[in-house]
Amino acid sequence: MTAPKTLYDKIWDAHVAHEAEDGTCLLYIDRHLVHEVTSPQAFEGLRMAGRKVHAPDKTIAVPDHNVPTTAGREDPAQMTEESRIQVAALDKNAKEFGVHYYPVSDVRQGIVHIVGPEQGWTLPGMTVVCGDSHTATHGAFGALAHGIGTSEVEHVLATQTLIQKKSKNMKVEITGKLKPGVTAKDITLAVIGETGTGGGTGYVIEYCGEAIRDLSMEGRMTVCNMAIEGGARAGLIAPDETTFEYVKGRPHAPKGAQFEQALEYWKTLFTDEGAHFDKVVTLKGEEIEPVVTWGTSPEDVLPISGVVPSPSDFEGGKVDAAARSIDYMGLTPGQKLTDIEIDTVFIGSCTNGRIEDLRAVAEVVKGKKIKDGMRAMIVPGSGLVRAQAEEEGLAEIFEDAGFEWRLAGCSMCLAMNPDQLSENERCASTSNRNFEGRQGYKGRTHLVSPAMAAAAALTGKLTDVRDLI
Amino acid sequence: MEKFEKLQGIAAPMPLVNIDTDMIIPKVFLKSIARTGFGKNLFDEMRYNRDGTEIEDFVLNKPQYRDAEILIAGDNFGCGSSREHAPWAIADFGIKCVVSTSFADIFFNNCFKNGILPIVLPQEQVDILMADAEKGANARMTVDLEAQEITTSDGETIAFEVDAFKKHCLLEGLDDIGLTMEKKASIDAFEAKASAARPWV
Repeated sequence: MTAPKTLYDKIWDAHVAHEAEDGTCLLYIDRHLVHEVTSPQAFEGLRMAGRKVHAPDKTIAVPDHNVPTTAGREDPAQMTEESRIQVAALDKNAKEFGVHYYPVSDVRQGIVHIVGPEQGWTLPGMTVVCGDSHTATHGAFGALAHGIGTSEVEHVLATQTLIQKKSKNMKVEITGKLKPGVTAKDITLAVIGETGTGGGTGYVIEYCGEAIRDLSMEGRMTVCNMAIEGGARAGLIAPDETTFEYVKGRPHAPKGAQFEQALEYWKTLFTDEGAHFDKVVTLKGEEIEPVVTWGTSPEDVLPISGVVPSPSDFEGGKVDAAARSIDYMGLTPGQKLTDIEIDTVFIGSCTNGRIEDLRAVAEVVKGKKIKDGMRAMIVPGSGLVRAQAEEEGLAEIFEDAGFEWRLAGCSMCLAMNPDQLSENERCASTSNRNFEGRQGYKGRTHLVSPAMAAAAALTGKLTDVRDLI
Repeated sequence: MEKFEKLQGIAAPMPLVNIDTDMIIPKVFLKSIARTGFGKNLFDEMRYNRDGTEIEDFVLNKPQYRDAEILIAGDNFGCGSSREHAPWAIADFGIKCVVSTSFADIFFNNCFKNGILPIVLPQEQVDILMADAEKGANARMTVDLEAQEITTSDGETIAFEVDAFKKHCLLEGLDDIGLTMEKKASIDAFEAKASAARPWV
């Protein structure tokens, strides 16, 4: 009998195309997602070397990082010259190299990590890469998915493989049930608060436990999306009926007899009893509260009931980092988190730009108005999410409440398009990074769940959403 | 890629932990479709005021560190985004080696693709190098990749580990894609086998 394997072990073993004596492997890549910011230099490299894309059928391109999300964005004048050049380069490269492509004008366009699953490109047991760290999102399907740099993008384009060494296995178990008002975003932030942003370095995380099993695919994508914020190469969740149900009928998912054949294989994708994990973290689902970040690292997480910490609460290099963060964020140690006033609310991103996220927001804001003077925008993750939200009447709820209802893209998550914070502007954001300058020069970001962002939009302060529902 | 030669140069200290890729190269500079020219914006928001003037206190603006070729950094260096613009900016500035107690995974890999050697050492040894770097321009360290040794300005040597394959590629300046293409037969065989086993992929 072979030794028990983790889910990661199984997917890894099924994709090793070549192994050198020192353990360096060529890992075969099933899906390569491409966007406009990290790919132009890679395509240019191919061109200069006279190389082709090895598997254009497994390569999917979509512009997302730079694109404006306001109406009339087909007008190139809405983009800066440089952004326009990047989007135009992706247009040209996608056509020239013959890869699948969703241009800005296509209703299926959106954030690459939302489009992939939505179109059924992402399936259980696959290897998925993209020149974007939030590729971890696709791990929600029980796929091995991670971000790569541009040199690696070029390597995958040319060879459909990556040079890799295997990571270690880490298990993150969330036991029990979540309390009302607590979401997948709170889980993933709470885990990073526990492990630190470097705690996952060198590992692939498998999330498991009742609270994870109970999540929808949207919620699981939110959890896996931020595995990278914990430093892990990837995060994944074993596929189950929830996964199979989500995948079935998607445009690029297998159909008929081939679906049945695939399903049989997908059902083997779980961690064997007794498989070895190099590190285990366990959190009790019922103990997780709605959380917010107070600082400039995603590990700076506290329950909404908490207060801004003092640098002296920390040790080692974190003392100076905390002092710097508190200063940057314009906060005072001891200040209640619920006393922090918010200027702007951003709802969207590959972390929280899916339909379930929008439904959670609608539930909180239905029939209410956002705080006077509040700037609040909702940016759906794809054109199809936008269409569905309109069909379900959510868009109307948002507009009635005073939100701007945008077109799909990465938008203020990384602020490469015109959606940016100004100096000292404070934002409750459903995105994934609160780094200095991330959402605009000197902008201040508090990471929260969609429901918590909605609550902040109504009250003008960081707010425990449970007080409103 | 250029070969990584034995390096003797100035080391700059950056003890801050969790230096992320947005700090290394803010997104406003990711709009280029070239691989070069990012060095002037390395650490842009820490290095310049909004009007473009230099922030004097920032380490790489200090006269003794302007020509630094080695960076001694706090824990978890390079966390955040996958942007290879971060190592491109570091290399373009002229830094060829970064030492820390740990690096974010993607950044670590990206360095090797760009002729930069990232070295992981225990805290005590990083502390020794940090103290040495803080002495300024007269303190020149030597990084010998072949021997896997750093020598401080006082002559103290510190050994480091590096993956054998990555070391080989850096020393020889090898192009990964060319190397992988030599294994085309293995890739083709894998594809044939995988598409029979998982035809839906």
